[in-house]
Amino acid sequence: MKTFTNSNARDPQQAVKLARDAHAAGKAASFVAGGSDLLALVKERIIQPDVLINLRGLQNASEVTSSGGAVTIGAGISLDALSRHETIRTQFPALAEAAGSVATPQIRNVGTLGGNVAQRPWCWYYRNGFPCYKNGGNQCFSFAGENQFHAIFGGGPSYIVHPSDTAPALMALDATFRIVGPFGERTVSAKDFFVLPRQNAAQENVLGADDVLVSIQLPAAMAGARGRYHKVLDREAWTHAVVSAAVVLKMDGDVCRSARVVLGGVAPIPWRLPEVEQLLAGQRITDDLAVRAGAASIAGARALSKNAYKLPLTKGVVRRAILEARG
Amino acid sequence: MNEKLPDSPDWTRREFLAGTSAALVVAAAAAGTLEAQTPGAAPAIAVDPAVPHSTIRLTVNGVARDVEVEDRWTLAELLRDRLGLTGTKIGCDRGECGACTVLVDDQPVYSCSNLAVWMDGRRVTTVEGLSNGGPLTPLQQAFVAHDAAQCGFCTSGQLMSATALLKRNPRPSAADVKAALAGNLCRCGNYNRYVDSVVAAGGGVRSSVGGDQ
Repeated sequence: MKTFTNSNARDPQQAVKLARDAHAAGKAASFVAGGSDLLALVKERIIQPDVLINLRGLQNASEVTSSGGAVTIGAGISLDALSRHETIRTQFPALAEAAGSVATPQIRNVGTLGGNVAQRPWCWYYRNGFPCYKNGGNQCFSFAGENQFHAIFGGGPSYIVHPSDTAPALMALDATFRIVGPFGERTVSAKDFFVLPRQNAAQENVLGADDVLVSIQLPAAMAGARGRYHKVLDREAWTHAVVSAAVVLKMDGDVCRSARVVLGGVAPIPWRLPEVEQLLAGQRITDDLAVRAGAASIAGARALSKNAYKLPLTKGVVRRAILEARG
Repeated sequence: MNEKLPDSPDWTRREFLAGTSAALVVAAAAAGTLEAQTPGAAPAIAVDPAVPHSTIRLTVNGVARDVEVEDRWTLAELLRDRLGLTGTKIGCDRGECGACTVLVDDQPVYSCSNLAVWMDGRRVTTVEGLSNGGPLTPLQQAFVAHDAAQCGFCTSGQLMSATALLKRNPRPSAADVKAALAGNLCRCGNYNRYVDSVVAAGGGVRSSVGGDQ
């Protein structure tokens, strides 16, 4: 691997300062927590940091704290710990399932919630160093190329799909993201945290080069809602979602009071389906309603040359996720 | 793996292989401190003082060690190239194949995708630490009994993932084993034998496949 200096940060403020100092000195710096994604990018020379700012030692970075039903999750919690956490499993099951579905045990043991949300896309053009939007270039090679895993919603000018499993669940749970940066702290809603390529084709979220994602909060209003993360892969294990759906249903007896349906694997950001949610709100979740919700889920979708299979797949995933969430 | 080579009764296969590779790096290693743990292992590589480096204290297979590492070294590189623990294999070096799996604080991780410098204060177990030179563990014996290894390159990683599983779940089902070994690829395709071995080591008898393959 290329040489770099590892700098251990004690707290987010020190991490931000280390990044600012490195950037001010003309050095490339990257934050790293689990490192599974980051070291792969360094080995492939997609990024070439001079300084790695290690967030593994941040105090309280992996704590889960509850307050009046709301839960704050340290971004440094491992995906394995998150998937097994009692409060998350019982109160926010879609997130526990999403975390448990990521990659492999070895990656879930070190991979963090923050890193899973902020990982870079797994588009093969990006990962192989093509000069695409994500690599500082000005085209998306997938549009006229090998796009079988690319976006059917929200694409253009880049057609990557957001690779995170936890991100759709977080959006379905109305999560907010606490960020520490050079100008202090700020809290950003899921709606504003993820950015489409037409807003900024080079990155997938609002995190700046000196920003640290510190924690993620789930509101009390979502605690105890029924939830499901349904993930379809092109093999049984160890890959990203071809299509996934996070569904959260707030039930009143057998009537759905309100719903959240968010797709993974189909758009450059976790893709919320407000029309489908409205279809479910105020209704008994019948098998027939789930079929209609599935059918409505691809309204506005546009397939590329090689990914039209994602349209019927999305319909089926949405239908099944709704029925599984209903129980 | 300590069988004698037929024509060289004084050499084990490991010593022979290590010796031939040692000859290639002997000049580079001459100035460094040799820390080889495994008999006959290749001389340890040394830290390049011109490269950012750190001193860490970690426990490897029960032995506390202070080691100087280049910041860019992966844990796999530290184990193999510095400490001579070559039972840990590097396959893809990208966290995809699982051959490099070791236990850090009893949890399986990809040693190719964790920096050595992050292991300060941690407890690392490699395949060499399972039986530590003594009798094979019941899991290792089950691997032998079921012909789990074919080419053997992924075997140490499979052992480490399975060891962690059995510690958490002493009587795993075949489905439990498949989930636990999902991050360990076997290019020989001997998955069913691996699953059978681990189920058997946990005392289970149900085979993941009917009959022989």
